Amino acid sequence: MALPNLVLIGTFTYWPLINNIYYSTLDWTLGSASTTVVGLQNYVTFFTSEDASKVLGTTAIFTLVTVGGSMVLGLLVALALNSKVRGTTFARSAVFAPYVLSGVGVGLVWLFIFDPGYGVLAWVLRGLGQQSPQWINDPQLSLVMVIIVYVWKNLGYCAVVYLAGLQSLPRDVMEAAALDGANSVRRFFDISMPLLSPTTFFLLITTMLSSLQAFDLIRIMTPLGNGTSTLIYEAYLQAFGAYNRAGYSAAISVILFAILLIITVLQLRFVERKVHYS
Amino acid sequence: MSAPSPTAVVLSQQEAQQENQQQSPRQDRPRPFSSTNLLQTVATGYVPLIIATLVVFLPLLWMLLSSFKQPGEIVTTDLKVLPESLNLENYATAMTTVPFAQFFANSLIVTVVGASIKVVLAILTAYALVFVRFPFKHVIFVLILVALMVPAQVSILPNYILIAGMGGKNTLWGIILPGLGTAFGTFLLRQHFLTLPPSILEAAEIDGAGHWRRLWQIIVPVSVPSIATVALVTVVSEWNDYIWPLIITDRPETMTLPVGLTLLQNSEGNGAGWGILMAGAVLVIVPILLVFAALQRYIVAGLTQGSVTG
Repeated sequence: MALPNLVLIGTFTYWPLINNIYYSTLDWTLGSASTTVVGLQNYVTFFTSEDASKVLGTTAIFTLVTVGGSMVLGLLVALALNSKVRGTTFARSAVFAPYVLSGVGVGLVWLFIFDPGYGVLAWVLRGLGQQSPQWINDPQLSLVMVIIVYVWKNLGYCAVVYLAGLQSLPRDVMEAAALDGANSVRRFFDISMPLLSPTTFFLLITTMLSSLQAFDLIRIMTPLGNGTSTLIYEAYLQAFGAYNRAGYSAAISVILFAILLIITVLQLRFVERKVHYS
Repeated sequence: MSAPSPTAVVLSQQEAQQENQQQSPRQDRPRPFSSTNLLQTVATGYVPLIIATLVVFLPLLWMLLSSFKQPGEIVTTDLKVLPESLNLENYATAMTTVPFAQFFANSLIVTVVGASIKVVLAILTAYALVFVRFPFKHVIFVLILVALMVPAQVSILPNYILIAGMGGKNTLWGIILPGLGTAFGTFLLRQHFLTLPPSILEAAEIDGAGHWRRLWQIIVPVSVPSIATVALVTVVSEWNDYIWPLIITDRPETMTLPVGLTLLQNSEGNGAGWGILMAGAVLVIVPILLVFAALQRYIVAGLTQGSVTG
């Protein structure tokens, strides 16, 4: 009964991982029949070229800022959703909605908003007597733009997970602290946050894994990867962009997979003894 | 983070007490409809919620409004919020510039066929993992769990070589096949099946019903909400899937909507084309938005499941 699924997972998930490692040892132009085994040369080329620091730096900035941004904003939204007013159910669905929408569609909508000529943002800035920044042409601003949209799309996920955490906090502890005269800010930092640490850890891992795999928004908003080439995007560009460097692309994929594996192993190691105050 | 110094703690407690004292004589517990209470509720409760909701909705509303605008209404320095008329010319242009109806049909086929097969495979695998005895069950479960962590993105090149070698380039089966193995659905349904009381299968066992009948006549009917969750999450991810269809298709006849939208962007990526691109974005975003609006309970539960199961 389980066989078809296992065969499919084996063929299209596990086999490619092994193949990728093999491909990464080849000097191979995609589409050509001839290949040369070059051992670790692709890795050496990557790590000794300017690409390495640029791509790894972009990956680090994109991952850290999107993870931090969606978690902090997600927590703030969760706190707002946790208040006892009407309409929180609707608002909860609303903030979650972008998470399920097509990255391509969302990317286009925001590309229009950011358009330096005819975008809403440029119009608002003109009203304030400012010129619109060159979001598309300036590599650093492109990265900022993609990060903003990525956070917009993903913070609802963090908000809903944090909300579930907040709602499972023991009510008696909060009430006792309130009676002891702890104000809401202190209650939040001294009680809620420590009790939420398993949720925070879970979100840290899951959002980090998905940020490292972010592709759709980067592809649609900055097709050339100018300033936004993370590991995954660089691997795509090298094989399927202008260069057709299949072996080199496979090497970058292997590096990305190694990073994802380390994070997953860390999660499995620490998930048993996560910080918990009870 | 360093602990606050003792003096700071004492001070803040004093402040808190002072605040309490100032307020307590007059209104120990504010009346539900007093103006202070109302203001406070609005400021701390409604304002953040309204801001959060607007931040989500305004860009999507802007997309919808702009999809009705003519180039003259977009290529202008003063902003026109509402379109002059609700004409569908952009949609018509999008359809004639690229074969949008074809993209829509392709997306529909890929989503329906792909999601159906995945859900059936997930049900079968989860049933086997929970109710059937076979060797190496634990090892197989761990392998499925690990596959959950392996992103499709790192396998695109080997899968491209494999599928292209099988003649699957620019075919719908080539788009569907590599994604069919399902770790997510299997995992989620296994967790659910484990919560079912074994007693529900006892009567069937006595009757001599085989696994096949037990699965479809007993387990599936009592698991409809969980199966719906898996189905909806799968439908959403199939519909939105981008990187794989982008790589395995380069002819419009077999492109899905997100890939077709990229094609449209290439031909309309100038200022005047924004209205047409927004019409395209509406066609890819709105179907999922409607599904989400109707069935969000299942989708949110499915996508945030991991946080509960740990």
